[in-house]
Order: sequence, then structure tokens, then C-alpha cells
Amino acid sequence: MYPFKEDKNKIQNDSDIEGIIDESVELETELGKKYGKSSLYKDAWRRLVRNKLAMIGLAIVIIMVVIALLSPVIAPYDPNDRIKELSQKGPSYQHWFGTDILGRDIFSRVIYGARISMLVGVVAVSISLAIGLFLGALSGFFGGISDAIIMRIADIFFAFPYILGAIVMMTVLGPGVLNVFIAIGILGWASVARLFRSSILSIKEKEYIEAARALGASNARIILKHIFPNSFAPIIVYSTMNVGTAIIVEAALSFLGLGVQPPTPSWGKMLSESMSYINTAPWLMFFPGLAILITVLGFVLLGDGLRDAFDPKLKR
Amino acid sequence: MANNLQEKILEVKNLKTYFHTDAGVVKAVDGVNFDLKRGETLGIVGETGSGKSITALTILGLIPIPPGKVESGEIIFEGQDLLKCKISNLKHFRGNRISMIFQDPMTSLNPVFNIGNQLIEAIQAHQNLSKKQSYDKALELLDMVGISDRKKRMKSYPHEFSGGMRQRAMIAMAIANSPSILIADEPTTALDVTIQAQILELIDGLKKKTNSSVILITHDLGVIAKYAERVMVMYAGKPVEFASVNDIFYRPLHPYNLGLIGSVSKLNEEKKERLKPIKGTPPSLIDLPKGCTFALRCKFAIKPCWDSFPPTIEEEQNHFVACFRAKEFLNGSLKRE
Amino acid sequence: MFYYILKRILQIVPVIIGITILLFVLMYIIPEDPAKLILEKGATPQALQNLREKMGTDKPVYVQYWRYVKQLAQGDLGTSYRYRRSVNSILAEHYPNSIKLAFAAIFIESILGIFAGIISAVRKYSFLDVLVTISTTILVCIPVYWLGMLMQIGFGLKLGWLPMSGMGDGSIKYYILPALTLASVSTAFVARITRSTMLDVMTNDYIRTAYAKGLSNNSVIYKHALKNAMIPVITYIGIDLGTLMGGAILTETIFAWPGIGRTIYLAILQRDAPVVIGGTIVLVLIFVFVNLIVDIIYAILDPRIRLEGGSGVNV
Repeated sequence: MYPFKEDKNKIQNDSDIEGIIDESVELETELGKKYGKSSLYKDAWRRLVRNKLAMIGLAIVIIMVVIALLSPVIAPYDPNDRIKELSQKGPSYQHWFGTDILGRDIFSRVIYGARISMLVGVVAVSISLAIGLFLGALSGFFGGISDAIIMRIADIFFAFPYILGAIVMMTVLGPGVLNVFIAIGILGWASVARLFRSSILSIKEKEYIEAARALGASNARIILKHIFPNSFAPIIVYSTMNVGTAIIVEAALSFLGLGVQPPTPSWGKMLSESMSYINTAPWLMFFPGLAILITVLGFVLLGDGLRDAFDPKLKR
Repeated sequence: MANNLQEKILEVKNLKTYFHTDAGVVKAVDGVNFDLKRGETLGIVGETGSGKSITALTILGLIPIPPGKVESGEIIFEGQDLLKCKISNLKHFRGNRISMIFQDPMTSLNPVFNIGNQLIEAIQAHQNLSKKQSYDKALELLDMVGISDRKKRMKSYPHEFSGGMRQRAMIAMAIANSPSILIADEPTTALDVTIQAQILELIDGLKKKTNSSVILITHDLGVIAKYAERVMVMYAGKPVEFASVNDIFYRPLHPYNLGLIGSVSKLNEEKKERLKPIKGTPPSLIDLPKGCTFALRCKFAIKPCWDSFPPTIEEEQNHFVACFRAKEFLNGSLKRE
Repeated sequence: MFYYILKRILQIVPVIIGITILLFVLMYIIPEDPAKLILEKGATPQALQNLREKMGTDKPVYVQYWRYVKQLAQGDLGTSYRYRRSVNSILAEHYPNSIKLAFAAIFIESILGIFAGIISAVRKYSFLDVLVTISTTILVCIPVYWLGMLMQIGFGLKLGWLPMSGMGDGSIKYYILPALTLASVSTAFVARITRSTMLDVMTNDYIRTAYAKGLSNNSVIYKHALKNAMIPVITYIGIDLGTLMGGAILTETIFAWPGIGRTIYLAILQRDAPVVIGGTIVLVLIFVFVNLIVDIIYAILDPRIRLEGGSGVNV
């Protein structure tokens, strides 16, 4: 009776997903730009700026960098000046955070401590990135035996509890700022390599890489022009967070007496020095710990914001 | 058909469901009116995003709030306005008096509970039965929806079922408490073509057996033609034409409906005609044009179409249309080509 | 299932071998003569030489390694340079303390974390949700030893409610502060994972189906959503159990807890290679074993990944 057959007369063949209208609206505007790398970063930046928490994180990071760079200008006293009469005084107008057992100004030491922490964060993460990106690229792009060997070595690094690994490394290398960089840097490579490898593997399968290859682009060119820009987002997010981790681990190593050596002001070292005096001078341990907390918080908030900015679908 | 004499079991009046998103207010359902009679199959047809699924979800109060919000309207079921019903009371209707079958049986069943568990749960939510009685009832339901090897199937998990079987299981859950209305939201979209017909036949058969009503939501005109008695055509959140299935197909009065029919191949047509797709895409539901939402794509659009949305008028008996030019189609002064 | 477990164990073997080689080489590089560590200062060169020969430390490193592996295969972890005791007995003495502390921490993080996560998800954007979000963010960033010290000052020193350090008679009050400290970061993670997976699960079609059936809000949330949401949470808690059993060096140091983390830490400082290597191997084995158990639990929770012969999945 009816002039229709039951199949193949769909008005539209895509399924009806009205429930997520708001998402599709956003997606539509993005579709055209999806494959352009510059606009990926531009869009991410736009979303990042709108994220209040991320901006607080960015502000903390910038302030900490400025403090580290300008600590001689900001600090009211020399961090290593000892004034006997001022030993273990609580916070006062002259000494905002009080003084330690040797009569040194805690505020100035906390300010100078930012130098070590920021430096460790940046240098250690750069070392991790350098090793991790190189080995990850080798592993992800070429596969085969190099992939197998690199990933097995990474497995060994993953099987170690992080702090234990850092302690073993520091024992072998001996204490000192430079060795802290190296130890934390080396311990971090495996995560970077894995992350980079997996994003390379997923991007390798994408159409635009196939297209580039079909057009005769060389391996090096494909890696540099296409894969690097597109797989960097997770690396940036991870590295931002990792600066925070590196700062915590440095503080822990210095706390255990394996890291930065006195008299260099380091937050972790200040904490371990204060441990014997928590009865008589609790402010000694309060401010360095707070400094670590705030700095790490800055990097974590920024990292969280970056992740949401790069992948808005993950946000909730 | 003698639908007029039948009792109205559900009446939806001026229903508006909006979504408040960052990008703006999405008017997903914007002034929907219809009624459903006992024993009838009502088809709701429209493109993706036309608001047909949201209409159905609103009836059962399944719209996520926020961002969704029912702005106005009445949903009168058995003399009671469901929109005035407390959320906690709605559960007595859901799955009991009004049931729903969803589009994708792959994702609509909980992967970590076995079929028996999910089926018995549906029974016990509304009937005071013992474990044993519920179990027997569940077996009976599986039999009704044509699932064999029932005792084993009760213990199976959804991922062990094929798509068609999962949809059968969904139907079994939906009819567990003999509802008076069964809403089937694109029940076959995610299924193989061969399975589609079986599932639709099953729904139709169960409807006849229990004298319940069905709201069949689809974008498949073939399905509408075969199973629906009356049809509501929706476009951009508004109903544009509402009539018996014969009128919809043989006396279409809205240009959008005309376009729909024109875009479908007619296999037994004498002369070979080209398929005529509707040009353009539906408007964004955020910035709806001031006038008729279809005017942009409509080749019959005239000046009033750009100024205001046409009122819905009963142009013939039981044939409602929202178009300024419907009268001209009706008296033949405007050709439907 | 059996093949799956066997495969997992076989995968671990190269990692274990790699770790023993790595540790062995590292500890060998440390330029300290074990014979000097063992004997008192002022021992005669002849006595030192005799001891070296007896211990085999004058042999090339690969010979020593092979000897060690043979020993290890028999379950013998060697003898401590410092304590002149077998490493097995040292670990046996300290390890139970760490395990007890780890379980106390896991208990705290599971209860607090899951509870906070559920509240936070169910009352999304409420005051409680904001409170949970802020406190978990801070907990993730806080240095654990600082938190431990703060709690020592607060609850131990100022309020005097709880002992500040040590295991004492092993009663519960000695566990509270170290366990809270150890659990702090993980509690935050558990709460965050619970919240985000709950919110994620709640958007699934089967949740809509459950509501459409007419189930009550509670039964949808606590039956349908929670069981699905628990899968990643339990995975995290399981992996964390493996980590906590070995990663408690800082907490054990602050609270003077006689556990394996502190033992290994002290052994590293004392260049006591057999204890370091033996302890680490045990830690890694436990870590791997716990992860294996987590995978099995995972399979029980999520029927889609039943591991029977590796072919139970049909999509």
C-alpha cells in the first residue's frame, strides 16, 4: 500500500544525538580548524585565559620566577648573615618569618630558596625532556628492536618507587645541586618517552600523516613538521606538572640530607634543619613548607588548566 | 480511521524544553503540542536535532538539569500533569505506566550487571513480587520478546549479546510492567537492516497484544509509513505538520514535509525521478531566525515567512500545519513541485 | 586466566633481572670496600684481604653477580655488611611493620577518598564539592613530610592526643599520624578519580535507562553508577597499595617507623649493598604481585574483560 521500502531511505544517516547539543555547537566551530597546528595552540590559549584557576597558577609561577631571578633585590637580608642575638626569634616587623637557630633571616632564606627550587624544576625537567623525547621518538617512530629495548628499560625505571630511585641515584652521584638535577632529570625520562611514544603512535595512524607520506615527505620532515607539533600538547601538560614533582623531590632529597648542601638556602634543607626545633621554634618549619606548597600548587593548577585547554572534551 | 472516538491517554501542550549552555540558550523543544490515543502508534519524524528525542525524554523527566530546563507546557497523562509531579513521584510512572526504549542498545544496558539482574530489577521496581516470582516473570518476558535459551541468557552480560538481542532485552525490560505507553526512540537506528524489521514487528505485535500506545520516534519515513497511524513532523524544535499517516504522505501541506518525501526514493514509481535533497542545513538552535525556521531552505518562502513563525492551523479536519502557504497547497493554487 | 597470570609473571622476569643488574652495578660503583665496612678500623691488611677472598669481593663484578643470582634463586638474599645478619631476617623483621602501615593508609584513603568523591559528584558544584576540590588540590601539592611535621606539632605536641613518633606497643594510636600522612596524597587522588568517574558514568546511556525503569535516585547512583565507577578507583587503590608498601621512606623517617623504607634508606647511607638490593627486589616483587591481583579483581568487576584464555571478549 505504501510506496516505500523499509530500508535505505534515511533522511540523514548520522545518528541522532540531541542530548549533547552544546558540545556539537562547540565542535562545529572547531572542525575546520582541527588540523591546523597554529590554531590548536591559539584555541588552547584562548581557553586557558578564560580558566580562572589556571590563571592563578600562571600568576604563582610567574611570581616565583621573578622572586628567583630578583632574590638579591627582594630579600631584605643576606640569607647567610648570622646574628647571634637574634637566634630563634619569632616573626616580627624586622623579620617577617622570624629567624633560625643561627640568627639568619627566614624570609630572606625562603626568597633565596626559590632559586634552587625553580632551577631544579626547570633543569631537571629539561633533562627528562631531552632524553625522553629522543628515546620516545626513536621508539615510537621506528619501532622494532629499538622500541622493544627502550620500553623494557623504561619498565625497569617504572618498577622503582620514585623516591627510592632518587635516593639510590644520589648515593651513587654524591650530594650537590648539580647531581640533584641529574638524578631527578634521569628518573623522569621514562614517563616522557612513554607519553611521546604513544602520542606518536596514535598520530601516525591519522589521515594527514598518510597524506604527507603519500606526497613523498621524508621521515625527518614528517617528524618535525607534523608529528612534533601535534604530539606536544600532552608533553607540555606533563612537563608543567612534572616541574612541581621535581620541586617536591628536590625538597625531599635535601630534607634527607642527600640533596643541596648547606649553607645554600633550600626549602627542603630548611625543613630538615627545623625538625629538631619543632618544640621551641615551630615557625621555622612553617614557611619553607608553605613556599613549597604554593609553588607546586602553581604548577599543578597551570598544568590542570593546560590539559583542559588542549582537550576541552576532558573537562568537567 | 476512527481515532477521534478513542480516549486520549496522553496530551502534550505547548511544551518548551531549553538548554542553557555557555554558547547560549538552545531551544531544543519549542512549543510542541500533540495527543496520543489508546492503542495508537504515533510517529514523530524529523532530522537530527529537530527535538524529537528531547520531547520524548521530557515526557519521562529524563532531561539532564542543568543544562536542560522545561520552560513551560503541560504533559497530561491519565489526568495528571507530569510536569507538576515531584521528581521522586515520577519514578512511579517511569518504566511502569510509561516505558522507553532507547536508540543504542549497545550502551543502554549496564555492562556490569547481567541481563537477568537488570530485568528482575525492572520488575521489582514496580511490582511486589518475590525473588522466585520475579525470576519466572523475567523468563516469561524473555519468551515474549523472542529470546531463546532463556535460563542461560539470564546469566549473560550485555556484551555477550548481539545488537538485536540487546534491543530485545531492552524491550523486555520496557514491557515488564505492562505500560500503557511505550516510547521507542529510534529503536532500530543502531541495528542491522535485517534486524530492524524484526524489532519493529516485535514492538508492533506487543502493542497490539496489550492494547498499549506507542510513540515511535524515527527519521526513517519507511518505518513511519508502515507502523504509524498519525504522524508529527518536527523541524528545529517545532512541530510543522501533524496529521494522519495518509495525509502526511499523500496530502503534505508543509514545504519541509514535501521536501522529506521528495528526498526519499520511491521504488515502485513509474517514471524514474531524481531524488531531491532538501538544500541547506537546519538552523542553529541557538540563534533561531525571527520568522519561520524553515524559510531559509524553503523555495516557497514569501515575505510574511521572514517576519513571524506561522501559527499552527487545522487546515483540514485533523490535519494541522504551520505554514502561511498551506491554504494555497490545499486549494491547488500552488503546485507542490 | 591461568595463561594470563603466567604471561604476566614471565613479563616480569626481565624487569627483575634488569633491576638486579642495575642495583648491583650501582652499588659496586660506590667506592667503598665492604671488607672495611665489616671489620673495625685498624684491621690488618691481611685480615681485610682474607675477608675479601671469603666474601668474593675481590672477584670481577660479573662473577660476583653470578654468585648473587645463584644465591637469589635459592631465596637467599645474602648477608648484611653492617649487621652481620642475613638480609632475609632483617627484612622479615621490618617488613611487617611497613605492610601494616600501608594497609592502614589504604584503609584511610579508600574510606575517606571514595566517600568524599561520591559526595562531591552527587552534589556537583555545591559547597561540599568545592571544599573537596580545594582540599584535594592542596593535598596533592603538599610535601608529605611537611604535612607529617604539621600533624606532629598539632596533634602530638600542642594537643597531646597522639604519640609523635615510633611504633610504641603497636597500638592503633601510633598508627594514626603516620597512616594519615602516608595516605594524604592518595586520598586526594582517590577522591578526584571517584568524582570524575562518577560524573563520567552518570552521563552514560545505561544510567538513563536505569532512571527510565523507574528506579530511585539512590539505587541508580549507588547500584548502577557506583559499580561502574569503582573499576578505575579500585585499580588506582591497588596500584597505590603496591607503591605504598615500598615508597614510605619519608613517612617512616619522620615518624621513626621501623619499616622497610627506613631500613633501605639507612642501608643506602651505610653502603650496605646486600640490604639495599635484597630489599628493593622484594619491594618490586610485591609491587608486581599486587598489580597482578588488581588486574584479577578488575576482571571480576568488569565482565567485559574476563581473562579466560585471553579470548573471552566478543565485541
